[in-house]
Amino acid sequence: MAAAIQVHGLRKAYGATEAVAGISFEVVEGECFALLGPNGAGKTTTLEILEGYRDRSGGSVEVLGVDPAQGGRDLRERIGIVLQSAGIDRELTVGEVVALFGGYYPHPRDPGEVIELVGLGEKRQARCRTLSGGQQRRLDLALGIVGDPDLIFLDEPTTGFDPSARRRSWELIDSLRALGKTILLTTHYMDEAQNLADRVAILAAGRIVAEGSPASLGGRDVAEAEISFRLPAGAGLADLPPLGPARPRLDDGRVMLRTEAPTGALHALTGWALARGDELEGLAVTRPSLEDVYLRLTGGDR
Amino acid sequence: MSTQTRTGSRPATGPLLLRQVRHQNKLFLRNPFSAFFSLAFPLMFLLLLGSLNAGQTLEARGGIPYIQFLTPGLLAFAVVSTCYTGLVTGVAMNRDMGILKRVRGTPLPASVYVAARILSSVWFSVVSAVLMVGVGVALFDVEVVWRMLPAAVGTLLLGAACFCALGMAVAALVPNGEAAPAVANFTVLPVVFISDLFFPMDAAPAWLRALGSVFPVKHFALALEATFNPLVTGSGWSWGHLAVVALWGLAGVLVAVRKFQWEPRSPGGSRRRRRR
Repeated sequence: MAAAIQVHGLRKAYGATEAVAGISFEVVEGECFALLGPNGAGKTTTLEILEGYRDRSGGSVEVLGVDPAQGGRDLRERIGIVLQSAGIDRELTVGEVVALFGGYYPHPRDPGEVIELVGLGEKRQARCRTLSGGQQRRLDLALGIVGDPDLIFLDEPTTGFDPSARRRSWELIDSLRALGKTILLTTHYMDEAQNLADRVAILAAGRIVAEGSPASLGGRDVAEAEISFRLPAGAGLADLPPLGPARPRLDDGRVMLRTEAPTGALHALTGWALARGDELEGLAVTRPSLEDVYLRLTGGDR
Repeated sequence: MSTQTRTGSRPATGPLLLRQVRHQNKLFLRNPFSAFFSLAFPLMFLLLLGSLNAGQTLEARGGIPYIQFLTPGLLAFAVVSTCYTGLVTGVAMNRDMGILKRVRGTPLPASVYVAARILSSVWFSVVSAVLMVGVGVALFDVEVVWRMLPAAVGTLLLGAACFCALGMAVAALVPNGEAAPAVANFTVLPVVFISDLFFPMDAAPAWLRALGSVFPVKHFALALEATFNPLVTGSGWSWGHLAVVALWGLAGVLVAVRKFQWEPRSPGGSRRRRRR
């Protein structure tokens, strides 16, 4: 697979502050890659350098084989950009603005079809000023894809959406991937990255602190599992069976147990409970969520 | 990238420009303010001042009817409102809204976008001129001096181009959209009143006349007024005035090309949000 985006040692300084402090990553063709991080981490700065809006202080960048700082009309014909905030002529109708923008590209998609895709079919004749915030965001998405681009940049595409609109946009983004499009998105929603992205890079203070698939990020897949359950009435911690090297602790009536071998521990525990005729209420086996990893890596848990 | 075959080719510049001009025209007509200030406002002045001074003659201009002076003066005013004021406020506000930034991210060439905005402004200058001369002829017996019509049209177009260039230049310099109307009006209104536009400045103090002569509005107005003055001989071109207008226009082009911004730059605007 060829790389659609290559970033090596990218830096961007605003005066004395480094918004992006030397990051490197690659997005291969057909992949959905997410930059995840808190506000001010450098996500949008990185994206806008790749989109050609901003120059860089250092490092090298290639988008579809060209340097976006030099990329002219040829490059812009092949990329679709959904900015975090971009205005629209308020007195145009949805249909007019999508058709207008489609006309800028060599092989646009059908405007009516695109409007249906983003769920604005009923708003086709409506003036843009009458759209709600979420509807305007969907129009942003429509304008980003009407040119049928190979590569799509999405800067926080679903911020401010209600849950069903988000779900719809996720389906749309998934359908773009099915068409072979490459997608680079920024988000600060963990579930968005988890649902959409093949790979995620977590950005904090201008640096990539972790990179990988959502399932393996930050060692989630190999981290210790946590077993927890409510201690049966009349039992104490000392009554529990031997659980290997793991040492259980009691927290507000719940037993918490971290272990690298949850299978054996569970076997011992359930056997013990059955022999006593007890039910292990609230029994759960969990691994650190993407959110736990994110908070740990971005320092948000302090 | 994707293996699907692509049909279609890059849109040709001519049709692209035409579509973009139509788009700007549509926006112009749907915006009550732009339509009012470019079309209705100068027309209102014509009706008001024309009625108030019906039958008056201008001794300062060899005794021609006042309306032969007022009509071209108001044409100049309409051009300045449409091209200069309209572009300063329109472009600065669109920049603040992020409309320019969005366009910049598409394959539409910047030159086509800017040309379309200018052509649309010139188009409505012409519409306004035709409207006003039509009303002047119908209601106030304005005489169109046909032998000077080419000069009138040429002067109007050159003036429109100059004030579009100045409009783009000032739009590039104003800090944000909120300041734009104030800056536009503050630069236009005082100048308009010392530019032989509503009334001749012959009796005004010399320093005021000299001040008026610095700015392009007066030269534009005088050049247009000459083309409606039946006493003027020849084809009606005022080359001296037009040269001053052209110089200002050129200065406008230079500033606009160097300073033009596609993104908002007000600290309270999207700059803060952009660094995420």
